[in-house]
Amino acid sequence: MGITFRKETFRDDFTFRNSPEHIRRFPFPFHEDSYMYAVNIEPHVVGPKGSVLENLIDVDEHYVAEMQDRALVLAEDPLRCQSLPHMTLAGWDLLELLMEQQALGYPEHFTLTRDGDRWRWINRPLGIDDSFTFGDVSTLPYGPMEYITRQSQGDFCILDQRDGNLWMDAGMVTTQADWSLDFDIGMNFFEWHAPVPLAHEKGIFVRALKFLTNIQQGKPARRLNWTMTINPRLDTSPENYHKWGPDRATVTPENVGDKAHLRVELQSFWRLPRSNAIVFPIRCYLIKMDELVTQPKWARRLHRVIRDLPEELANYKGLTRYRPTLVEWLSRLDDGSPTSAGFGPD
Amino acid sequence: MAAKSIISRPVYGTLSLQPGKHHLFIADAEGALAIADLAAKAPADFFGGAHVIFIPGRDGKYADVLEALKPAQFYLGHSFASALPRLKQTLANAHMGLRLYLAGTEGLIGQAMHAALEAGIDHTSIQTEHRGSLARRMQCVHCKGITENVTTQPATCSHCGLLLLVRDHYSRRLAAFQGVCINAEDRSEIPPIEEVFR
Repeated sequence: MGITFRKETFRDDFTFRNSPEHIRRFPFPFHEDSYMYAVNIEPHVVGPKGSVLENLIDVDEHYVAEMQDRALVLAEDPLRCQSLPHMTLAGWDLLELLMEQQALGYPEHFTLTRDGDRWRWINRPLGIDDSFTFGDVSTLPYGPMEYITRQSQGDFCILDQRDGNLWMDAGMVTTQADWSLDFDIGMNFFEWHAPVPLAHEKGIFVRALKFLTNIQQGKPARRLNWTMTINPRLDTSPENYHKWGPDRATVTPENVGDKAHLRVELQSFWRLPRSNAIVFPIRCYLIKMDELVTQPKWARRLHRVIRDLPEELANYKGLTRYRPTLVEWLSRLDDGSPTSAGFGPD
Repeated sequence: MAAKSIISRPVYGTLSLQPGKHHLFIADAEGALAIADLAAKAPADFFGGAHVIFIPGRDGKYADVLEALKPAQFYLGHSFASALPRLKQTLANAHMGLRLYLAGTEGLIGQAMHAALEAGIDHTSIQTEHRGSLARRMQCVHCKGITENVTTQPATCSHCGLLLLVRDHYSRRLAAFQGVCINAEDRSEIPPIEEVFR
């Protein structure tokens, strides 16, 4: 049985919703009742059936709608997809990885057949059936990175590794939490993380870089990150901040359950075989408060996390304007009883 | 000197003599004085192998200071844009071992460094010294337009007109600081505009 893909939008009328099964599988990012930065990296191995980790590249009920939203973003602003000239080989590496993983996890939806360097890719949900020559850019309608990331959920950054550092030299970034690929492209690991508060002082990035530059082929790693977004908007880019920023001033006690969304990024890190680059998929999951609080443990815990978040982090994540309204609303769902250990719902 | 800041913000040093036969200096306004200070420590024939590209500030001062060093080539530009074709050709024709020295405003250093990076010179091999105005070159993240000589915080984008927070986040590729709408959430909030990058 295949996935039933939802018809929904991430803009204008915002019809995005999670089905009850997708609420249960939401990657809730807090394993305890408080939050502070940590190098929370672990091996990216397959997890329980029915979780977002059932496959290493997750495809879910939002796939088709997300790919339609990406096409709209790219039509408006082609600078969201960029690749420096030396990154084409890494683009082919990524194409191979995503085709293999999607075909492996979802054979009813995706099929990859290979005869030497002559490949055929069938993507049934998007109605694509293309034959091409692997390594020959003239046989695809886009560059290899753009071609495959127009068919894969999440943002993708490809990091070149040289001089003991990682360089943001290519990417497809249309669902980002307020950072600009166009501004950051060509920067090294420390430079593009420069605006993040508190973490540099804690040595987070030095340790993270050391870990990432040692990632081996076939042994990907992952971590979760989170923020909040008003309305289920995928494109919360700085480019469009003047368009979506006003949403933050629309939150009221009456609509906060519908408007406020927890936004979780499942970030994974993979060594690419030919280019020795690292690909860094940033997969975004959204859930509105009304959906999240159907799991009482999550409601209690999120209340405590948001209430106790350090001011700098709340500012950086853009919560300041509506945090009091959200905390007040969540507090009514927190009876003070303990929460069980771990991420999952009870 | 600019205050300590975030990691993407460039750090400038003090020009120091580099071994080699070919030396290219690019400076604007008070940057000339950094070259003069270096010259005071240089051997007599040092500027015999030097090419100096200088863009005076609005007051037109210091060209005479540099001319007095008798560089092999001396070019007085009206603006960075007018000096750029010459700079690009110089970099394209340069031999291995060319030494590059940049001095003056951050906008000048950033743009000259960008041209050097495009010519394949590693940014860590370039001597830089900040002198004079702290005015910033800013890219509007919204419309992508560059506004030169930004001295206020916040600052108005000269292209789209949005009021922008001038961040410390800096791109060498764009040779610009990032400007992000400061009142996006409520356009009626107009924070005080202060002259901070003098």
